[in-house]
Amino acid sequence: MSETPVTSTPPAESSKKPGVADRPHGGVGDAMRLWWDALPRPTQWVVGFPLIIFIALLPILNLPVLTTVGTNFGAVMAQFGMYALIAIGLNVVVGQAGLLDLGYIGFYAVGAYTVAILTSPSSPWNQTGDEGWLSRDWAWLAALPVAVAITAISGLIIGSPTLRLRGDYLAIVTLGFGEIVRLLADNLDEVTGGGRGLSQVAYPRVGISEENTNGIFSAGASSGTLNSGVWWYWLSIVLILITLVFVGNLERSRVGRSWVAIREDEDAAEIMGVPTFRFKLWAFVIGASIGGMSGALYAGQVQFVNPTNFNVINSVLFLCAVVLGGQGNKLGVILGAFLIVYLPNFFLGRTELFGIPINGTEIAEFRYLFFGVALMVLMVFRPQGLIPVRQKLLTYGRELYVTARRTARKDAA
Amino acid sequence: MRSQTRRRSSALALALATTLVVAGCSQKEAGDTGDDATGSTSAAADLSIVPAVQIDVTGAEVEAGEAMEPADPAGDGSATCAGVSIAMAGALTGPNAALGQNILYGAQVALEKHNEANAGCQVELKSFDTEGDPQKATQVAPQIVGDASVLGLLGPAFSGETNATGSIFNQAGLLTLTASATNPDLTSNGWGTFYRGLANDAIQGPAVAKYLVDTLGYEKVCVVADNSDYGIGLAEQINEGLGDAADSSCAAEVKTGDKDFAATVQIINGADADAVFYAGYYAEAAPFVQQLRDGGVEIPFVSADGVNDPQFVSQAGSAAEGAVLSCPCGPAPEEFAAEYEASAGQAPGVYSTEGYDLMTIMLLGIDSGVTDRAGLVEFVKSYEGSGLARSYKWDEVGELESALIWMYNVE
Amino acid sequence: MSGGLIHAMVVAEPLIGFDIAALARNFWALTVDGLTYGAVYALVAVGYTLVYGVLRLINFAHSEVFMIGMFGQYAVLMLLGFGPSGNAYDLGIAMTVVYLVIALVGGMAISGGVAVGLERVAYRPLRKRGAQPLVFLITAIGASFVLQEFVHFVLPRLTGDTLGGVNAQQPIRLVVPETQFTLFTANVTNVTIIIIVSALVLALATDMFINRTKFGRGIRAVAQDPVTATLMGVSRERIIVLTFLIGGLLAGAAALLYSLRVPNGIIYSGGFILGIKAFCAAVLGGIGNLRGALLGGLLLGVMENYGQVLFGTEWRDVVAFVLLILVLMVRPTGILGESLGRSRA
Repeated sequence: MSETPVTSTPPAESSKKPGVADRPHGGVGDAMRLWWDALPRPTQWVVGFPLIIFIALLPILNLPVLTTVGTNFGAVMAQFGMYALIAIGLNVVVGQAGLLDLGYIGFYAVGAYTVAILTSPSSPWNQTGDEGWLSRDWAWLAALPVAVAITAISGLIIGSPTLRLRGDYLAIVTLGFGEIVRLLADNLDEVTGGGRGLSQVAYPRVGISEENTNGIFSAGASSGTLNSGVWWYWLSIVLILITLVFVGNLERSRVGRSWVAIREDEDAAEIMGVPTFRFKLWAFVIGASIGGMSGALYAGQVQFVNPTNFNVINSVLFLCAVVLGGQGNKLGVILGAFLIVYLPNFFLGRTELFGIPINGTEIAEFRYLFFGVALMVLMVFRPQGLIPVRQKLLTYGRELYVTARRTARKDAA
Repeated sequence: MRSQTRRRSSALALALATTLVVAGCSQKEAGDTGDDATGSTSAAADLSIVPAVQIDVTGAEVEAGEAMEPADPAGDGSATCAGVSIAMAGALTGPNAALGQNILYGAQVALEKHNEANAGCQVELKSFDTEGDPQKATQVAPQIVGDASVLGLLGPAFSGETNATGSIFNQAGLLTLTASATNPDLTSNGWGTFYRGLANDAIQGPAVAKYLVDTLGYEKVCVVADNSDYGIGLAEQINEGLGDAADSSCAAEVKTGDKDFAATVQIINGADADAVFYAGYYAEAAPFVQQLRDGGVEIPFVSADGVNDPQFVSQAGSAAEGAVLSCPCGPAPEEFAAEYEASAGQAPGVYSTEGYDLMTIMLLGIDSGVTDRAGLVEFVKSYEGSGLARSYKWDEVGELESALIWMYNVE
Repeated sequence: MSGGLIHAMVVAEPLIGFDIAALARNFWALTVDGLTYGAVYALVAVGYTLVYGVLRLINFAHSEVFMIGMFGQYAVLMLLGFGPSGNAYDLGIAMTVVYLVIALVGGMAISGGVAVGLERVAYRPLRKRGAQPLVFLITAIGASFVLQEFVHFVLPRLTGDTLGGVNAQQPIRLVVPETQFTLFTANVTNVTIIIIVSALVLALATDMFINRTKFGRGIRAVAQDPVTATLMGVSRERIIVLTFLIGGLLAGAAALLYSLRVPNGIIYSGGFILGIKAFCAAVLGGIGNLRGALLGGLLLGVMENYGQVLFGTEWRDVVAFVLLILVLMVRPTGILGESLGRSRA
């Protein structure tokens, strides 16, 4: 937005209380962040890898308190994987390019429906049958890139007319598109199955054993700790890592710098020679295709797709994940996605917590009330998100940045 | 300045009052249970859903069968069992919670009777909330399967979540006895443990359609469906059964959650039809029928089991009068209604009797000495008996064999 | 553009089908009816547009203010001794008017109070901290969760299941639609007259308030330039509270009018979609523009009704959103542009 922000604090108050951004960074989090930023990239991988493994093993480790009781932790983590991908994709659009997208769920739906339409026996365009070009065993994997491509195209189609709009107009138009996608899925019965949805969507058939006659990714493989949910979770971790590397590199490239420029001041960016429309479209398309990938995961894991869950409320929840975690920060938004998925499940079915007897199911009934309160409180006390992004010099400025910050800390101390 | 503002606001109030006076002029004849103007409660229309006739698949009226004694969950009181439970899965919170709660509370009535009579066999009913969301259901289902004490499952409630979790229960060999999932395709998935405790749409739809055409003699029916799995399936079957009598020019599709049906009413108003058939649930049917009557459409309103709920009558009020509702379920006996109300604190609703009956069947299985999941599946497969709603006997794919439909009138 | 549109229609024809005959047959009835619905949209849209004009903030929770208003007027009627009944009350004209006015004032007061409370609890702390717009949006979302779940779970516990909960409230009907006269081919009912006339009166009053009074000038001044307005002696905080109050009052009035038309619509989830539509209406007319919101509301109501009959009732919401997108493509700041205080790029 180019005009003076109306929401800025009047001068009288700001002299008393420094704004959040002006406060010196001195907390533990900042020390860790500084340490991490100072590490050379290979070392970062060496340190990060065991951490990723640990996070991946969470559903297997069955840690007390953390493991959900009323719902299967593996399956919850599978949903977290999908939401994490969504948060990363939406973060590109909202956090990095600064485009407010309220209809991101539309891309999630397009991805899910692409896989379902191609592989569900109840779809008219099912390609897994005798005449189809997809083998039943590998149909999901083959449909995944198709889903990503189709959502990228849909991002292009939706983005090219709408991205000329700014700020809040963009928000309401994307919201409209998100709803249109859902309503199309609901109304075009011949193609999408309408409200009945599409069932028996394909999933990767690997690891077939006597116990799991349909392989480890089938919903039927639900016994024990190592169930299909965990496998889907691991599959999504792989996709998340690939996406993170891809998005991280983009962020450090010319594209990423242009996004930041557009986010901070679109007019100035345009004047400085950044083709703003093209880079906004890029952000939209990349964000969309990541959402589509997540949708494909959804279709495979649930093996059933219907329109009801692709609604505005969930779309808004995605945005909450991004803002809650810290828009612009990739790790932050993943944490945000985790909270959005995990917290509603936390109390469900618990009879005691830390030795205190509670009626978890009754508490869980009020989860959205608590969730709403939590959102409000968090935004008041930490509007920048749980793990906020820090402005830093991009590309060449790494060492310089670290040195500068070290000095600043010393001065502050 | 200030006084000017005050003058303005009083002018506003005056204008508003005038408006309302103008509008009120029309109100003379409105309402047929005239009351004094003191604002005391006028007598509510004393309407209820009353069973009228029973029909078979061809739509012909049949004698209501000799009322067999419904199975009693209490049994003979000498059953012994230990550490067994039955799970119930469905939407217990969220926008579709009413349906899941009806089933759960119905099951609880049966359970209370059973546990009271059988001191040596205390069965637990574990409820699992799916919110009606297929993905949520995939997270809940492993917990049900993983609980070794669970011998059978009452649910899932909706067809969508059943689609998403059927293979989980099938692979675990857990009896899946649904009280409300009506999608006909569900029994064609090859799940050996899935049994449907009510007639699917493929039976109810044609039977009711034939009844409308052949018995009631309607020649032109407007079919209005919601976008739920249930509504779409039912409308499809009704349209097929009605044949030429289904008028596509006044057919309409609405969304679950809609409360305003002005355009649909307008379309039906101009169509000169003999009846309206609504395929969907009571939450939309009540405002719909009210707006139909308000809009001056007086043709009969026909609907099916999704609307056959006391909530329909209480929300639609006098507009519900004369509505014809079908249900593959028998009337809930008065004593059940009383027991249910005592247990749940509300009147029984759609699928409450199914919840009760199916729970009873599973409890009888446990009482007969079944101790594992496979045994309960076998028990249900060969079960034959009558319940509150109907008699139960399943064919090899898990559909009910005899399916007589009851027609109810709101009067 | 139009060539592409026609082509798209030809392609879509077998999928959705058009019924122009039905539209022509019911044209006037649909128009009158659409205006009734549009009047409700318009009143709710004013709340969005005023807050946006002054704070440049999408008050996402405004839809819940409307929802609370529906419960508010219902509760007032219950306190007056009315209960849910199958039939309409026959009170005579004078008493009906009196009770309607009491319910209207009650609903408006409750909605207005909630709107002001919302501003106090959810938005003021953020403003003090100088948060960015997206943060306001998320807080608003949190607030709407809280308000919805309050009515859904807490209210029934507080009132012994007489208010709130999963099901819609059983209607209390003071007025039953009766055809008064026929306009062209449309039957105009008493409910239609009440809604359209009350909405017009309220809209005119609001317009006069904004454009003619001292407070209205304050609102316009803050919308135009908050810093200068503060320097000129306008209390920004008071103006903001006033803005929320007006929006809330109108949402409460809209809630009563809506309940006259859709007596079964009083449910905890009943505000959400209507709120989104009303926001669309505000954007359609040009957000921040009072008259734009009124125009947008009426236009949206009418077009939605035409679209439903033309394409089929299931396309209702699609019609609304497509209309919005098409208008914004041609006029990126809405039909009348943004102009509560100034025009914005």
